[in-house]
Amino acid sequence: MRIALFITCFNDTLYPSTGRAVVRLLERLGHTVEFPVGQTCCGQMHFNTGYRPEALPLVRRFAEVFAGYDAVVSPSASCVGMVRDSHRVVAGQYGDPGLCAAVDAVAPRVYELSEFLVDVLGVSDVGAFYPHKVAYHPTCHSLRMLRVGDKPLRLLRAVRGIELVELAQADSCCGFGGTFALKNAGTSVAMLEDKMRCVGESGAQVLSAADNSCLMHIGGGLHRLRSGVRVVHLAEILAATGEGPA
Amino acid sequence: MNSRHSVLDRVRRALADVPAQETPEDVVVGRDYLRSHAGADIVTQFAERVADYQARVVRVTADGAPGAIAALLGERGVRELVVPVGFPGELLPPGPWKSLVDEPPLGLAAVEAADAVITTAALGIAVTGTLVLDAGPGQGRRMLSLLPDYHLCVVRQEQIVGDVPGALALLDPARPLTFVSGPSATSDIELDRVEGVHGPRTLHVLIIATAPAPEQP
Amino acid sequence: MTTTPNGLVWLDTPAFPRAARAALADTALRANLKHATGTIRDKRLAVTGELTDWEQLRDAGAALKRRTLRHLDRYLVELEASVTRAGGTVHWAGDAAEANRIVAGLVEATGECEVVKVKSMATQEIGLNEALAEAGITAYETDLAELIVQLGRDRPSHILVPAIHRNRGEIREIFRREMGRWGRPAPDDLTDDPRALAEAARLHLREKFLRAKVAVSGANFAIAATGTVGVVESEGNGRMCLTLPRTLITVMGIEKVLPLWSDLEVFLQLLPRSSTGERMNPYTSTWTGITPGDGPRDFHLVLLDNGRTATLADTVGRQALACIRCSACLNVCPVYERTGGHAYGSVYPGPIGAVLTPQLVGVEHAASLPFASTLCGACYDACPVKINIPEVLAHLRAEVVEHKRRTHTLPSAEALVMKAAAGVLATPRRLAAAQKAAALAGRLVARDGGIGRLPGPLHGWTDTRDTPQPPAETFRGWWHKNREQS
Repeated sequence: MRIALFITCFNDTLYPSTGRAVVRLLERLGHTVEFPVGQTCCGQMHFNTGYRPEALPLVRRFAEVFAGYDAVVSPSASCVGMVRDSHRVVAGQYGDPGLCAAVDAVAPRVYELSEFLVDVLGVSDVGAFYPHKVAYHPTCHSLRMLRVGDKPLRLLRAVRGIELVELAQADSCCGFGGTFALKNAGTSVAMLEDKMRCVGESGAQVLSAADNSCLMHIGGGLHRLRSGVRVVHLAEILAATGEGPA
Repeated sequence: MNSRHSVLDRVRRALADVPAQETPEDVVVGRDYLRSHAGADIVTQFAERVADYQARVVRVTADGAPGAIAALLGERGVRELVVPVGFPGELLPPGPWKSLVDEPPLGLAAVEAADAVITTAALGIAVTGTLVLDAGPGQGRRMLSLLPDYHLCVVRQEQIVGDVPGALALLDPARPLTFVSGPSATSDIELDRVEGVHGPRTLHVLIIATAPAPEQP
Repeated sequence: MTTTPNGLVWLDTPAFPRAARAALADTALRANLKHATGTIRDKRLAVTGELTDWEQLRDAGAALKRRTLRHLDRYLVELEASVTRAGGTVHWAGDAAEANRIVAGLVEATGECEVVKVKSMATQEIGLNEALAEAGITAYETDLAELIVQLGRDRPSHILVPAIHRNRGEIREIFRREMGRWGRPAPDDLTDDPRALAEAARLHLREKFLRAKVAVSGANFAIAATGTVGVVESEGNGRMCLTLPRTLITVMGIEKVLPLWSDLEVFLQLLPRSSTGERMNPYTSTWTGITPGDGPRDFHLVLLDNGRTATLADTVGRQALACIRCSACLNVCPVYERTGGHAYGSVYPGPIGAVLTPQLVGVEHAASLPFASTLCGACYDACPVKINIPEVLAHLRAEVVEHKRRTHTLPSAEALVMKAAAGVLATPRRLAAAQKAAALAGRLVARDGGIGRLPGPLHGWTDTRDTPQPPAETFRGWWHKNREQS
């Protein structure tokens, strides 16, 4: 199986540790990961802000760069959602039949990490060790767009040493919403407040999720408050073995 | 160009993407939802669901019906009882109340002054605890079961159906229909459900059991 | 659409972000909304959870709406014939002004100068009460919440419970101050107990019901095959308005038509459970034309366009017309829960309002609404007719941007950022160069590995959140060094 990593522009720049974790994890499970260096971005920011024509070249590049792989794995549910749900829309609206066909060939093979591990590789115990108290925030894209269900939790439950704690109102949106955090900062913060309160009440030392965008938002608030709670991407927990960075 | 023409014209132009040969039936509607969610004992379920709405439910046999009605009306202290045309006379016992039969039709003031109304029903729906009135004999003009503050509704066991789909199939949409699920209520004040704004604030339902089939000799 | 009907969009409400700020600071409103939406959410989950075929019902509801909308002209013509055959009269209104003229004319023809009203967001949308007032006709709202809004000279803030922004103390004050001006005054010793308030409303409105000769209603649905119109309600004011007056005028959006009587079996299950979280609402009334001796002698059905055909023309956006006005989306929306309905500046607030209002009035008149969302998708999950609200929101955002591009009104800062970002993301080399620049900039403003408060355009973020310093080595930098085949 030819597996490509779609790191996402966001993780590439701000959370390279998450990308390294995905690579190490998949290699540990016996797979070779390729990183097509021509990749840049899925176009989500432009698309969600209403700048669809600007997303077209990004859609085209994605379809070209990831053509021919059996699976494209990404540690970002929102970016995977963008590719699977919206690349075809952009291609149809602004592209050409050739691009539509290219998108149709690639998009179904793009997986968020927990989907890939559980559905494609058929594993839920990835041999991880992470002796911390962890709460899991199901991000809206993974929960409602990709419908990953309980896959992330199944993966986390199999981690040795972990203590998973319940997060109240887990399904509630954290308030990030991309440019929403800037355009509607007041409402974004009001939602963040409630999410942070639930994190605090959970007693967790670590908050994890399938998207670093949400974690940056929640973690940013937690850090500002000097709450003592860290945010760690799901991939990094699953990659942790007690040897090497967690 | 009048508005009927221009609105319809705009509708048609808006639907230019719909193929001309497509019929409404070509838009597939899956009908794999359940015809009924009712349990095995729909009469008991009906009684329970009606009671859930703070409506009192009494179950009687046919023989016991007039007595039960008399007791309910007596307990309520009814003075003037509105009786729709066609209400079964044998069900209504004599009593201290004045019966106001809607023949000739009662005036608004008379119905407003009355403190109770008794009706039959077109059917009952078990899953939702709903009574449906269709303005037929025994149920009367809609106004009659609306103004008095107490509504006693008499329904026979065999009139109870399991769920909404079955009920709609039995009802005649050409008739004015009133679906009643409990007394009137509002949740507009801080979402506190408060019984009784307009419409009868007290609803009692009498279920008359079906007489058992006679023993074969 | 030459003018914005200011019944639908309140021109004095600022754009959503600013309107929301005021609402967010209103702690009483926040508490009311949290309690209210949380309560209904739980009830809705309980009663929909009871039905094992809930998803199949949703599918059927969505499909029936799709069937209806794709053949709307045929069903409207059929409805008109059915209603007419049953003794009713059908009128067609292209826009709000026309609808108001029709209704005012019908009322004037009766010689009455008072009407009672029930259950009609459509009449709020067209600003009917104001138009009738100008014609010397007083319209009395009879839904308890609409009464509270009318007496309080206020605006509705929720589709189902329009006075949700008022707590019991405020309602008591409104009743005490205003009821006497409109009719029977509230009792002097009126308390704020909901039961007492409901009783005051009952007495105040009773005399209006008994006196009314003309009623104006909305409709939850109208069946094309039979001409049957229906109102789904709780309080009984619907029954009062639909049966006591001589003349009934129903204003209904054209999208509310349904093909067959039997199709109601789906919607009478979807609507009560999704809206008030009950197995069935207290009263549903259906009528077909005129029934001699029972109810109104004259029945008029006013079919309202007012932007619905424009919405229908948008193949992505038209699904918003499937809405059955249950308000489930409002009650699950994290944004609505915190800002309330007034911040949306429209008769239709919340998620459905954010996709319907811009389409009814034109995106340029409601440009901030499609952005009043994180696209979390909770609304789509809750919608009984499966309107993909996030999809329509994203679609309308693009429409807003395209409109601004055409009219050269794109906010320059935003457009520049989008353009610059597109340029940077065009090739890996440019991205790498920008990443280097970001790492450098990060080093300049970061302390102890993090970025704190910053002035300037990013302050909206940095006012409340720390940001990690961009690491010196990007992922692709690491890959190049550690994994790439040379």
